[in-house]
Amino acid sequence: MSQAKSATTKRPLTYHEVWGRVGIYAFLGVLALFFLLPLYVMLVTSFKSMDEVRLGLIFSLPQQFSIDAWVKAWTSACTGLECTGLQVGFGNSVKILVPSVVLSILLGALNGYALSFWKVRGANVLFACLLLGSFVPYQVFIYPLVRFYAKTGIYGSLPAIVITHIIFGMPVMTLLFRNYYSGLPLELFKAARIDGAGFWKIFFSIILPMSVPIAIVAVIMQVTAIWNDFLLGLVFAGRDNLPMTVQLNNIVNTTTGERAYNVNMAATVLTSLVPLTVYLVSGRWFVRGIASGAVKG
Amino acid sequence: MGADLTRHVKRNIVAYIALLPMAAVVIFAYLGTMAWSVRLSFSSSKLLPRNDFVGFAQYVTLFDTSRWQTSLGNLAIIAFFFLLICFVLGCLLAIFIDQNVRAESLFRTVFLYPYAMSFVVAGLIWQWILNPDLGIQHTMHGLGFSGFVLDWVVNPQMVLYAIILATVWHGSGLVMALILAGLRGVDTEIWKATRIDGIPAWRVYVSIVLPMLRPMIITSLVLLSISIVKMYDVVVAMTNGGPGTASEVPAKFIMDNLFERANIGLATAASTVMLVTVLLVMAPVIYSQYFRKSGRAS
Repeated sequence: MSQAKSATTKRPLTYHEVWGRVGIYAFLGVLALFFLLPLYVMLVTSFKSMDEVRLGLIFSLPQQFSIDAWVKAWTSACTGLECTGLQVGFGNSVKILVPSVVLSILLGALNGYALSFWKVRGANVLFACLLLGSFVPYQVFIYPLVRFYAKTGIYGSLPAIVITHIIFGMPVMTLLFRNYYSGLPLELFKAARIDGAGFWKIFFSIILPMSVPIAIVAVIMQVTAIWNDFLLGLVFAGRDNLPMTVQLNNIVNTTTGERAYNVNMAATVLTSLVPLTVYLVSGRWFVRGIASGAVKG
Repeated sequence: MGADLTRHVKRNIVAYIALLPMAAVVIFAYLGTMAWSVRLSFSSSKLLPRNDFVGFAQYVTLFDTSRWQTSLGNLAIIAFFFLLICFVLGCLLAIFIDQNVRAESLFRTVFLYPYAMSFVVAGLIWQWILNPDLGIQHTMHGLGFSGFVLDWVVNPQMVLYAIILATVWHGSGLVMALILAGLRGVDTEIWKATRIDGIPAWRVYVSIVLPMLRPMIITSLVLLSISIVKMYDVVVAMTNGGPGTASEVPAKFIMDNLFERANIGLATAASTVMLVTVLLVMAPVIYSQYFRKSGRAS
């Protein structure tokens, strides 16, 4: 019996166990390389000159380190006819992101609060429809929404894309806050009621201050989701507000002549910087967002 | 009594008003648009919506369209391999990480970071790496292996597997994260008991631990399935449906018919097919996940 009874006893590992450990690290190591490969290729290529890219050694380190491709991607790469670089798309994405994130989270908190603490007839049916809607492909909603926005005159504008993000973020945001509030003690709410506090008073002075942890999760989820969106931005934002993901695709896939791979890859890394930073900074909160978005809390 | 009743109504009215935005979104943005999409699929709408009724004509045309047939077939292949590989790989990663490895958080970070990136980025990167004139094939030729072929993105027979590779890279970290969270919740007594009984570790995982993680498994499969049905960005960025129509998918078929081919009737028929499929598959899952127990656990 080579199995250790408890891991606390310090003794040399057996031959069998040593190979087991080696196997574990080899498996994880090889897969880690596979997962890192694309990021590595993008980074090294983005620091090369086109002369070096033409050599076609995609995995080699740059011989002459250059940030020209980054500057070009940011300031002068062509998205179709205009050559103003990704900075425009970055600005657009920020303009879309801030109101969409703030409003969708506030609405999610409000919905979750009303659903968890107040008795509103039919509210659960509405919520069920909302949840079901989150599983339906966007393509079912897109055309009627386009017509609706066109009728009201906001099609292809900032309000149109912000409203669209609020609509499609509502199921997850409502679910997130509803589940969180379901875990709060009901006595708290009852005590506030007895003291005569009303709907808004309780929401703003008791519930919202307690919502910080879940609000952080919500911010992480919405920032990542909205920044990474391509389809909705493409359809609803209009030509003047195209988000960074759409502009990135335009830069890469509409070039004529020789493809500037170094610029393209710098542009790709630039587009990923915001969600990657959010991911690296947030750590376990990110995972919590994924889990709580889909599992009943 | 009268005062009580008035107060009761008044306090509820505020809650009703607060839920009005949600009600409006559900009724107009979800149900209304859905109903109108379905309605249009029974009309002869081309560039503009028409209010006539042509029965199932659009659906007959749809299933006669070879591009749609290709799209459905492609989606089935992608869904099968993507779900299978993502799930198995994600579980393996989680189980290996759970063996008290050093640098655990580093491994976790590396396996999940693709999930934080957009599908557009995932598609573009893998298109470059698999591009025969630039990526792995070119490098291997440079190293003297002139017979080496890796042309998935330009080979109609293999292009779907290139998309599967990119999406697996993007999504398996999600499974890893969810399963790992589940493994951390497993009672350590189980491990002690099975060790005393001499049951091999892999049997414990397959027969005891994984069944305990049912909620995590369902969650990850639901999330992966949604991303398959919605799959659009990654295809547009990676192949734009090509070569030819070899990597067309239903979501792209609908977008093309809505905005480029001005065939709204056909597009809405296709989206109705997707809608019905998703509802049929998802309704039982959603019911069991979210509504079996009442909202407040008290």
